[in-house]
Amino acid sequence: MSNTTEIHVDSEVPLVRITREFDHPVDKVFRAHTEPALVAQWMGPRSLTNEMVRWDCETGGGYVFVQRRGDEEYAFHGSFHDVVPGELIVQTFTFDGMPEGVALEKLRFESLDGGTRTRLTTTSLVDSFEDRDAFVAGGMETGVVEGYERLDELLDA
Amino acid sequence: MSADPLSRAFAALADPTRRDLVARLTVADATLTELAEPYDVSLQAVSKHLRVLEDAGLVTRGRDAQKRPVHLEAEVLSLMTAWIERYRRQAEERYSRLDDVLAAMPDDVSPLPPPRAVSPNPRRTKGKQP
Repeated sequence: MSNTTEIHVDSEVPLVRITREFDHPVDKVFRAHTEPALVAQWMGPRSLTNEMVRWDCETGGGYVFVQRRGDEEYAFHGSFHDVVPGELIVQTFTFDGMPEGVALEKLRFESLDGGTRTRLTTTSLVDSFEDRDAFVAGGMETGVVEGYERLDELLDA
Repeated sequence: MSADPLSRAFAALADPTRRDLVARLTVADATLTELAEPYDVSLQAVSKHLRVLEDAGLVTRGRDAQKRPVHLEAEVLSLMTAWIERYRRQAEERYSRLDDVLAAMPDDVSPLPPPRAVSPNPRRTKGKQP
């Protein structure tokens, strides 16, 4: 697979930016974000199932979804602040397990290579470094040591 | 300046010279003089950068009074890289699933789904309730 997921963790403001390209036209990638039955098929890890309680992806709309694995259950909710078809989704994001925490997320869709491919850039901004670290570190077991193989990536950020 | 160690470590690596120092220290410990050699700045400036890295817990200085070799604290760096890598992998897992969804969709679709019939109860549940 040639499309790699790139991550940028900013040190000046508490944001994380993730960039990924897809071998499909922008309208298709956008549709996979707006139609709940499609979103349910890819949002989150494979080991969890998604129930899209609500997914009204339009300006002023909102969403609620629940992820499950056995007895575990994780609920999320947010608002769609701006939805520009084929271009932009601006939304809030809250994990109900951290109800005080909220991220502002901007998803930018860019058409590449004459419309055959798409670049998706997702920027998540929270209101403190502590919150961002909690978001990003969410579920991380302590003491994870993976060596230096990603040092280059970290240093190039 | 943020108080927690991880944020301090990220802030310390916001500077390109300090990133370069860390990259060189992954190879071997080095003295201040050795570290300063390739740069067009004073020993004092490099020493200042090292102090920031030291405060962030990324490096320590040896006890040898003369040389005080600089040592990279691999554990702190590993924690940072593991932290970022895990998040990146979660995103990658999500997007590789999205690849599969896209492959199964027809090529010619509009960006928005057709409008739904208005339902008095937007809760559409499948399967059993928790």
